[in-house]
Amino acid sequence: MGKKLLIHNDKVANIHTLEVYRAHGGYASVEKALKTMTPDQVTDEVKKSGLRGRGGAGFPTGMKWSFLAKPEGVNRYLVCNADESEPGTFKDRYLMEKIPHALIEGMITSSYALGAKSSYIYIRGEYFYVARIVEKAIAEAYAAGWLGKNILGTDFSHDCYVQVGGGAYICGEETALLESLEGKRGNPRIKPPFPAVAGLWGCPTVVNNVETIAAVVPIVNDGGEEYAKIGIGKSTGTKLISASGHINKPGVYEIELGIPVEEFIYSEEYCGGIRNGKKMKAVVAGGSSVPILPTELILKTAKGEPRLMTYESLSDGGFATGTMLGSGGFIVMDEDTSIVKNLFTFSRFYHHESCGQCSPCREGTGWMEKILKKFLNGTANESDVDLLWDIQSKIEGKTICPLGEAAAWPVAAAIRHFKQEFLDVARNKKFVDVSHYNRLNKINA
Amino acid sequence: MKVTIDGIEIDVPKGTTILQAARMIGPEVAPPAMCYYTKLKTSGGYCRTCIVKVTQGSAANPTPMPKPVASCRTEVMDGMVVENFTNPDILEARKGVVEFLLINHPLDCPVCDQAGECKLQDLGYENGSSKTRYEFKRREYEMIDIGDKIKLHMNRCILCYRCVKTADQLTNGRVHGVIARGDESEISTYIENIIDNDFSGNVIDVCPVGALTDKTFRFKQRVWFTKPVDAHRDCKTCCGKTRVWLNGEEVLRVTARKDQWDEVEEFICNSCRFDHKKKSDWVIEGPSPVLRNSVISQNHYEHLNELKVQIMKQQKALGFMPIDKKP
Amino acid sequence: MSSQVHGTQHFDKAKRAEVKFSDEAMNVVQTIISHYPEGKQKSALLPVLHVAQAEFGGWLSPEVMDYVASVLKIKPIEVFEVASFYTMYNLKPMGKCVLEVCQTSSCWLNGAEDIVKYIEKKLNIKVGETTADGMFSLKVAECLGSCGTAPMLQCGASYHENLTYEKVDKILDDYKSAGKLRSYTDHDYKNTL
Repeated sequence: MGKKLLIHNDKVANIHTLEVYRAHGGYASVEKALKTMTPDQVTDEVKKSGLRGRGGAGFPTGMKWSFLAKPEGVNRYLVCNADESEPGTFKDRYLMEKIPHALIEGMITSSYALGAKSSYIYIRGEYFYVARIVEKAIAEAYAAGWLGKNILGTDFSHDCYVQVGGGAYICGEETALLESLEGKRGNPRIKPPFPAVAGLWGCPTVVNNVETIAAVVPIVNDGGEEYAKIGIGKSTGTKLISASGHINKPGVYEIELGIPVEEFIYSEEYCGGIRNGKKMKAVVAGGSSVPILPTELILKTAKGEPRLMTYESLSDGGFATGTMLGSGGFIVMDEDTSIVKNLFTFSRFYHHESCGQCSPCREGTGWMEKILKKFLNGTANESDVDLLWDIQSKIEGKTICPLGEAAAWPVAAAIRHFKQEFLDVARNKKFVDVSHYNRLNKINA
Repeated sequence: MKVTIDGIEIDVPKGTTILQAARMIGPEVAPPAMCYYTKLKTSGGYCRTCIVKVTQGSAANPTPMPKPVASCRTEVMDGMVVENFTNPDILEARKGVVEFLLINHPLDCPVCDQAGECKLQDLGYENGSSKTRYEFKRREYEMIDIGDKIKLHMNRCILCYRCVKTADQLTNGRVHGVIARGDESEISTYIENIIDNDFSGNVIDVCPVGALTDKTFRFKQRVWFTKPVDAHRDCKTCCGKTRVWLNGEEVLRVTARKDQWDEVEEFICNSCRFDHKKKSDWVIEGPSPVLRNSVISQNHYEHLNELKVQIMKQQKALGFMPIDKKP
Repeated sequence: MSSQVHGTQHFDKAKRAEVKFSDEAMNVVQTIISHYPEGKQKSALLPVLHVAQAEFGGWLSPEVMDYVASVLKIKPIEVFEVASFYTMYNLKPMGKCVLEVCQTSSCWLNGAEDIVKYIEKKLNIKVGETTADGMFSLKVAECLGSCGTAPMLQCGASYHENLTYEKVDKILDDYKSAGKLRSYTDHDYKNTL
């Protein structure tokens, strides 16, 4: 069994209540930080831990914190990005639903390090029931003195609020999230300035993912060095992986970074192999935006080494033969899956979620979806494959925010690794979808 | 601060953007800009036509920037090296942006009042392909009136946000904005509110395409048949300095004066724009400067005439009857 | 999102005069506003629109949006811009239960399309329509973060996961027999703060 730091208590009855959470060692990091550490010492531990942003980009958290501008007399904010919307990702929902106090504890400890008097947890609107769970937990924390004025009798006071979104994937982009938090359309801002300098209401702001903030708790409790012992190289600690698709045991798993991909897919501890005795065809390893890889490349790198669940190993070989750990949205597809149709659902998604601010994404995402629809209708030509390739290349890197890349990469990767499938559909002028034939009753019966 | 653009070096003050620096050098290096507008704060960054490649970030940190950047929103650093027209990747990327801007555009130039002074037309001519690869139905909206003098033709809009920023920054009660999202975004008023404000007419001048047009000028005349003159009058509301577009003795329309980048020099009020349509209302200063490459330019037009004459000669030689001579 | 939101709506001054939060809802709204610094009350717009949608019949009419603008002291266009951007705000009347079936990758891999077809047939409506009795509206949604329990549908605040045809039958029956249940009352905003 791998070590677990975040959801080790997820099966404990009533762990969502403050009482039970506290009985299992909850809020120790707040006590330790506020009573025995300076804010900079907390930041140092986070730096030492090697923790990287768990939302998808993998940027070192300690470094992000150290960029925070600290002008005198200006409020600073910590904002938690709980706008989890990347297809294939549902780990933050699990964490907030099961152990909401882990997030709140992380918010308090992190805010202490950053000198933030208030913090906001921005939860996607569809997770309304989750927001209520977190709100109730916050109310408990206030009642017990973990939030509010002079926490634990120290000078540190802190308020934490929940805001629900209105339904928009783009608000997972940190500057779009800030716009939304300010009551505006979720249009990503043009950077610079970065939120660390001018974020929420123009004040210095750190935006961190739910899992990142929750990971600060064990880092402060056990020390950054202890945390860094887990994992390989620059991929330290544990990571929540949302596993879905054609596997026997879909769900959220906490893994030690560094376990082999093969073990993750086939071991009974995790996904438990491919369901219905089928063979695996492909995997999207880090949420819909990362490149899809065929079985041979997800299990082994191009060099023939076993692929590991780390930032580095998954991206080994670049996009030619590799992918990304991303948000940890791990989607497994069996041999009957149509890559063409799966790509269509991704492209439809990005078209639907484009904010419309900049032209390549606004116009390009819809165009790609329409062309992919032609494949499903059996009206596509072989030249449409090249056209798709060209369009994605003209979106990638040309947009205000990373949604452009998120929309372009899946198209590029599907064509890169499964071009024949596209050509076959185009040549046969017919699309046969066997991928979920009668599967519904078979699986869930 | 020293910055080099397409091999030409220039010294600029701190805070200058790459686009501004390029414009200081001149049109030979200045990227096209569809959404940026010097006089509108926070404008730019949306259309992506002005993207350039930064091959050296600064003298202190020479690392190139990984992606193309929007030159209108990126400030120069000392020792920065930028490639615009000299970088084939940028030209290809810009061609892509132009294609994106055009796939849902109706290409109704023959019936569009903006033709001849449309930035999208220029952009397409300079950076586009002659054929479209888009085979689907184009987006369509109903035309609406926003105010009694302004027509909104959403089909033509490229969502540059200029008109929204104009309303925000020039008037005290913005009633129109961008609604919906993605490729369904549109400029619209709040339900049936109309834009009614002393300065609302400026949205027509800042619009780079034919999405917002002057209803008092619609279908009156092709711009290249009109004669623009700089004029002024005593106005209590605005500067009163305008460009009056004449057809003989008739004032067809009044606009603000624009600089060489086609940006308004000083915004004007609706009274000057819509209510003073007699030549006697104005003190005429003289012909407005017109860029040589504009179709409004007399030379250009003579050139077209010359072409017409030659075509007619060829038709004659081939035995065709000129169209206008047919019985 | 429907293309061209404007033009389909008209502003009724008489109706506008009648729009007013109940005291209870107003308390909630004031609490939300208190979460933000002085002068930043616009930040409350998204949560307040949820309250308004729950309070005024499950959708945001122009009159309601105008009212919300006045409560938050912002311009009506600012409300309209936001309400039309986010997918959870309905700009036209909806059925009492809005069924939103997730159709993105993992849900599709597990048969979301069949679920949609099944509901369409069962309720005799197409996606985007409302049943004649005003009970159900059917929508498709993009990834709702329930990929490990796919396929799924959301109704109000409730997630219905690991769907089968039998499960769908039961869900629809339950909502129908409850009858007065509206998607937005699930939100139960009164107990959220």
